[in-house]
Amino acid sequence: MNKVRLDHAHLHHLLRQMIRIRQFEAKCVELYQAQKILGFLHLYDGEEAVSVGVMEALRPEDAIVATYREHGQAIARGIGMDRLMAEMLGKLEGTCRGRGGSMHIFDRATRFYGGNAIVGGGLPLAVGIALGDKMQGRAAITASFFGDGAVEEGEFHESMNLASLWHLPLLFVCENNLYAMGMALERAEAETELVRKAAGYRMAGAAVDGMDVVAVEVAARAAADRIRGGEGPQFLECRTYRLRAHSMYDAQLYRTKEEVEAWRKKGPIVRFYGWLLDNGLIHDEEMRAIEAEADAEIEAAVAFAEAGSLEPVAELERFVTMDRVPA
Amino acid sequence: MTAITYREACRQGLREALIRDPRVFLMGEDIGRYGGCYAVTKGLLDEFGEERIRDTPLSESAYVGAGIGAALAGMRPIVEIMTVNFSLLALDQIVNNAATIPHMSGGQFAIPLVLRIATGGGRRVAAQHSHSLEGWYAHIPGLKVLAPAVVEDARFMLAAALADPNPVLIFEHVMLYNIEAELDPAVSEVDIERAKVRREGDDVSLFGYGNGLVKALAAAEILAAEGIAAEVVDLRVLRPLDTATILKSVAKTRRVVIVDEGWKSGSLSAEIGMRIAEEGFFDLDAPLRRVCGAEVPMPYAPHLEDAALPQPQKIAAAARDLARPPKGSQ
Ligand SMILES: Cc1ncc(C[n+]2csc(CCOP(=O)(O)OP(=O)(O)O)c2C)c(N)n1
Ligand SMILES: [Mg+2]
Repeated sequence: MNKVRLDHAHLHHLLRQMIRIRQFEAKCVELYQAQKILGFLHLYDGEEAVSVGVMEALRPEDAIVATYREHGQAIARGIGMDRLMAEMLGKLEGTCRGRGGSMHIFDRATRFYGGNAIVGGGLPLAVGIALGDKMQGRAAITASFFGDGAVEEGEFHESMNLASLWHLPLLFVCENNLYAMGMALERAEAETELVRKAAGYRMAGAAVDGMDVVAVEVAARAAADRIRGGEGPQFLECRTYRLRAHSMYDAQLYRTKEEVEAWRKKGPIVRFYGWLLDNGLIHDEEMRAIEAEADAEIEAAVAFAEAGSLEPVAELERFVTMDRVPA
Repeated sequence: MTAITYREACRQGLREALIRDPRVFLMGEDIGRYGGCYAVTKGLLDEFGEERIRDTPLSESAYVGAGIGAALAGMRPIVEIMTVNFSLLALDQIVNNAATIPHMSGGQFAIPLVLRIATGGGRRVAAQHSHSLEGWYAHIPGLKVLAPAVVEDARFMLAAALADPNPVLIFEHVMLYNIEAELDPAVSEVDIERAKVRREGDDVSLFGYGNGLVKALAAAEILAAEGIAAEVVDLRVLRPLDTATILKSVAKTRRVVIVDEGWKSGSLSAEIGMRIAEEGFFDLDAPLRRVCGAEVPMPYAPHLEDAALPQPQKIAAAARDLARPPKGSQ
């Protein structure tokens, strides 16, 4: 059994990961306002505990499929901020040569299969990755992240069924932040207890407080253990909240300021930090040090990205088709 | 007269349709409380209520199919799909149901459905949000496909589409929502049959639609400064194509550049070129030319996206070559 270690180093690691994500994105907002990052930018503010907690349950050989709101997964998975930031800025040194941008982070080395901007579009891919691993006798599992909105798509249901039918090593991680753009969950779903969807596919499911990083880690480890133990796919609903607009611009007419403020107080970082403080597990200076360290890492990433180059236009058509399958 | 935006023109068209016919209702993602992802439907929920302005779950196949079903049952649904890339999740319903049922049922059923779909590149949103797939839909018998490029068409094409007994797809190019123009008070309807000459000229014909038309008009300005008079034809109706108007312009200028943001291979531009080759070959003084989207999934990096899209300079260069062939080439 793969227990969560509640020692000082691990707890600080969890906090550090969430802060790295939060501050990376704060910098992205600045760069967006400066028109260095363009297009859509979907922030993960408020949801950091989900990717940080789940990623703790994964091993290097495991695979990840994410959505357009994937900065958190990418950072928690260990993709370097320098290459991430270069991608945001459309630079050749980025994870995808600047071709994907914020919504399409791919990283072969960490088995990070995108950043997918079609809601639900990653789920069938995850089924196939898990199938491929299983057929080749690899011990890996695949974690597929998706929102509550994706549950409304047929691709979700078809993928749940296939994964269960074929008993695949697949962890479905539903990031239920109660909204799909402006669409509140209760206006979109006849059954709002998303965890109950699993039963319809004879899949084990659990719901967890997605604002509590330790709870997410515990639940994700339990689910990953069951998958590794041969119990088949698992569904994990992480109940969370998006504290900012859907993308950069959004009048947020669909929810009240009070609602957002109430959730902000339950934010995964303030809450975890408060708990660490209350239990004497952190000092204020340690927190400042973590923040300063993250800032330094981000500054270096921005410098790397700014100094990067643009892919020559002559290479535009490169990789439309591949001349070989990369080894 | 005051100018209105293309977005506002679309909204006025929708509002008028809702007022005129109680069978008309709207379905789509975030069209109600959110106000539409491009703010086209803003305010309509307050005015017409949830029964007629229906926010749907993210279930493209189901709500587009439901639109087809409601049309079969006597309603006049207007269904919005945020971006043409997402319409692919509903492709089965559109191609296998909407486009087939009238013919397959031996004429027992019509599908008076309107689909509004945003399309096109230029917004730095990469390969899953930026394509121009209207040419695919224009391939499908049973569908009518419109591409309003000017505010007047944005305002009035919808009414004509609703009056049509067939499934009509209206493609709104995302780069056009903010353009502004004054509406001529004398105009209260437009046809959805004919292409339209937007600028007269004798030296070369530029054919385009959607944002491609805007770029063709910009190219015509560049050419005018060089003494080349380009005629710019707005295709407007992508299916069925108005071949007669196209051929008339070809006969006049004898030189052709077709602008299409879609990929060249198997594109609408290929179809237009072939019709000219079949029916207007002897009117031509020069080979046909095309300026199309580069055959790549749309990249995020701005300089690459710009390079992947037709641009006025490229269109002008193609036209210049035809109107003033370099010495020795003819
Ligand atoms: C198939 C498809 N339909 C619609 C969209 C537009 N869209 C992008 S994100 C989004 C909301 C998705 O909500 P959810 O799955 O809950 O994820 P969240 O954004 O809340 O993280 C929508 C409607 C899309 N990208 N793909
Ligand atoms: Mg959501």
